[in-house]
Amino acid sequence: MPFETGNLKEALAQRGVSRRDFLKFCSAMAVTLALPPQFAPRVAQALEKAPRLPVVWLEYQDCAGNTEGLLRASKPTVAELVLDVLSLNYHETIMAAAGHQAEAALQETVTKQKGKYIAVVEGSIPTKDGGVYCTIGGRTALDLVQEIGGNAAAIIAVGTCAAYGGLPMASPNPTGAGGVGTVVKGVPILNLPGCPMNVQNLTATIVHYLTFETWPATDQFGRPLFAYGSRIHDDCERRAHFDAGQFVEEWGDEGHRKGWCLYKMGCKGPETFHNCPIVRYNEGTSWPVGAGHGCAGCSEPSFWDTMTPFYRRLPKIDLLGVEATAEQLGVGIVATVTGAFATHGVISAIRSKIQPIDRHEADLEEHLP
Amino acid sequence: MTTHSTHVHHLSKEAGRIYVWQVPVRLTHWVNFFTIIVLSLTGYYIANPYVQVSAREAYGPYFMGHVRFVHFMAAYIFVASLLLRTYWAFWGGNQWASWRALVPFFTPEGRGIAKEAFQYYMFIQREPPTVLGHNALAGFTYGIIVFYYFIQVFTGFALLGMADPGGLWWNLTSWVFPLISSQYIRLLHHIVMWLLCAFAIHHVYSAFLVDAEEANGLMSSIFSGWKFRVDPHKIEEHKERSAKAKATKTEPLKEK
Repeated sequence: MPFETGNLKEALAQRGVSRRDFLKFCSAMAVTLALPPQFAPRVAQALEKAPRLPVVWLEYQDCAGNTEGLLRASKPTVAELVLDVLSLNYHETIMAAAGHQAEAALQETVTKQKGKYIAVVEGSIPTKDGGVYCTIGGRTALDLVQEIGGNAAAIIAVGTCAAYGGLPMASPNPTGAGGVGTVVKGVPILNLPGCPMNVQNLTATIVHYLTFETWPATDQFGRPLFAYGSRIHDDCERRAHFDAGQFVEEWGDEGHRKGWCLYKMGCKGPETFHNCPIVRYNEGTSWPVGAGHGCAGCSEPSFWDTMTPFYRRLPKIDLLGVEATAEQLGVGIVATVTGAFATHGVISAIRSKIQPIDRHEADLEEHLP
Repeated sequence: MTTHSTHVHHLSKEAGRIYVWQVPVRLTHWVNFFTIIVLSLTGYYIANPYVQVSAREAYGPYFMGHVRFVHFMAAYIFVASLLLRTYWAFWGGNQWASWRALVPFFTPEGRGIAKEAFQYYMFIQREPPTVLGHNALAGFTYGIIVFYYFIQVFTGFALLGMADPGGLWWNLTSWVFPLISSQYIRLLHHIVMWLLCAFAIHHVYSAFLVDAEEANGLMSSIFSGWKFRVDPHKIEEHKERSAKAKATKTEPLKEK
């Protein structure tokens, strides 16, 4: 929005960002993308020459948490400027324009920049009842995302709602919500789940595109491997306590105060792929496990249904409306089987007294005089 | 050994000792026995680490690390045992070691024996069916157990593979996660352990019961390999004599 012409280099100069800060940012990006340090100059070169990449930011069924994440920077960072310069012909929450003017700007991007802009989508897409549960300017989210997303160079689904449906999709999913990938086909879609996604990862994804002119490699859930390529558990700062066998038993106990492992408090680090322990949130100040709370598994598909209860290791099992843990069910099965066979044993013992087996009789005969 | 075997074979036409469980069958049985116990105990600890370790700095104690190491090593030994037993079931073993014992319902004979065994367990029929290997019902149960083993091995390696995306186990198993969340894979891994515990109780009980009732040396056979068979003619003769004795109201021979 602020820069109609020019490239990043000029924009940075206008904002008073020093060369040193810029190179530090490029190194940080190279590291985030898991590139060797030699790539930092290449990133810097690419960014300096980067053309103005139009971006539209679409919001549907969401809490604007990812927008919050984007704006959360306490000072104008280089990353923010990168996103600013490249971006934002349209962003419902933060744009100054409103009503028909805003919609016209969006339409202009879609028609004039067809196949050249990036659509960032935040929030899930409701599909039930013709998608009436989320409409903007009289059009459904489903209709909008298929047109705007379908004409984009690529879609970046930010946050778990846009990537996989997130909270709106949680059982019983009243609006028939789903991720962008379920309703838009034929366009590269990058999922950056998380609740919210980490802005560092969004910036790095775009930097990857600007540097290499391709999108980063993704896993089976469409998540860039640089950010979702290893488990939280395996990068966790509390991992040594897990291996030692030192666990928080209840909130505020000695182990909790000492920063022990939150495994027994239901931490979902062992099932969640995200780079939170490395990148952290809010400019690297902290992250949930660092702050003493277990991971909720927010960057995994269907996390609200599969990662709950958040304070237990495993999902509960529904037995005809009665909830049980795996252990209760297992002990119940073993106890039932033991009881059944103990009863069978008593009856068998009585039977063998009352009615001995013929072949035993036959054997006995042999040994009788 | 050859003369010994011939001798036994001659005897076994009618009755006597028969070499049923070959060495790999017994070996894998006991390797499975020990590894499943180790896997269950360590697995229970990994699921619910109930042991309080020292509160020293974490560079010293490595309790969970060691328990996990034992769990993984036992798992690899268990898998090796399953591979050997699979080879023996398809190519190496005798008729009683064959995979066919696990799917008895495909033959009329199997169905008949299964029905007899079921009636015996339900107290409808007095005598268990006379078989040398597994009875059909037991064979079917072992088929289910093999399926449980498969689930445990697959879910176990899928969970292990999560620590090393792109590694061998990850490449072999990660296709399952888009279908079933890793949390439910883990839940399954835990529940099947309890099902195997329940099976162990059933297995030991039934082995004792049949050993006592059938008097065929079943319990010692899993150590020695040898089973005993009673001459069916002898039973028939005995039945006839008993019937005769009853009819003539004289005491049967057994009575003093």
